Amino acid sequence: MTVASQVKQTLATLKGNQGTLRLYALQTRDEETKLIYNETLKATSVMINDLERRLQTLEYQEPQYKGN
Amino acid sequence: MQAWIQILFSSVSLFFVLLVLIRLMGKRNISRMTPFRFVSYIIVAVIAALMSLNLIANLVFGFIALGVWVLFPIALDYLSLKSKWMHELINGKETVLIKHGKIMEENLLQTRLTGEELLRELRSKNAFNLADVEFAVMEDTGDINVFLKSDKEPVSPHALGIKVAPLAEPQTVILDGNILNEPLSSLGFNTEWIGIQLETLGVSLDNVFIGQVDSSGDLYLDLFDDTVQLPQPKVKEMVYANFEKVHADFMTFTLETKNAEAKQMYAQNAKKLEQLIKRLKPYLLR
Repeated sequence: MTVASQVKQTLATLKGNQGTLRLYALQTRDEETKLIYNETLKATSVMINDLERRLQTLEYQEPQYKGN
Repeated sequence: MQAWIQILFSSVSLFFVLLVLIRLMGKRNISRMTPFRFVSYIIVAVIAALMSLNLIANLVFGFIALGVWVLFPIALDYLSLKSKWMHELINGKETVLIKHGKIMEENLLQTRLTGEELLRELRSKNAFNLADVEFAVMEDTGDINVFLKSDKEPVSPHALGIKVAPLAEPQTVILDGNILNEPLSSLGFNTEWIGIQLETLGVSLDNVFIGQVDSSGDLYLDLFDDTVQLPQPKVKEMVYANFEKVHADFMTFTLETKNAEAKQMYAQNAKKLEQLIKRLKPYLLR
């Protein structure tokens, strides 16, 4: 497995988590829990951005693995 | 009129009258009543029984007596609501039996409680050891309540310094195969949502005996058919596990990459995620 595909996998896990958490943030009745979930969503969005930018660099450096 | 018709008629009418009167007297637990309150209930019951069997010749007299024994306790209740002095006069005051871990013998005498009876009451409150008791009080209903020494109290998350997520009460949304619309709409869901949830679990609505939605919006079902094994909602645990996996990935990337800038980015995110996981733990794992 190339570095790029490893990073891609982590990115996918993080995005999946964000989706589930967003659902719970809508469903939960407790305001405090809702707030924590929303803060987590914001923080993970930053991480997703970081990972995506890193992925672009990786694909630029090793274009032969692009799309894997 | 024949006697038996009279008795039937008066019994049936008294049945409903008494139903209303006892409802008027309030819904306090019989076992948690002051002795006087208990006596007034018995008197009401006896008068009603006598009237129902026509043992009281004049029904009007019966109703007068019944009215007094029903209305006076209600009136006294209102009076004791208004004034603390009245309340103490009617219901009596609580008596302290144990203070600072020491039995107050004169108060024990006043309540006519023997040492053995006190120990029995303490045992029923799970205080087998007298040394564990800091404070005990006999309420005006005769109940004994116990306050344990602080190091003998059961541990709570607060005492352990553990943060737990606040939980609201679960709402029952399915009962006996019927969807209850009122609790469902108060949660902000609708019938279609239930339909989708049941479909993903592969269960039909008539097979559900009880369905409850917890405060995070997960549906728990109990089925009529107990041979069917339903997966318990574990989505939040999965999310937590995934976050830990991502954290581990970040750590690996930090070690593996040779690019200094990327290394710093990964290390920073790993640290941030670690803090995030720590904060989320009580909410996702319960």
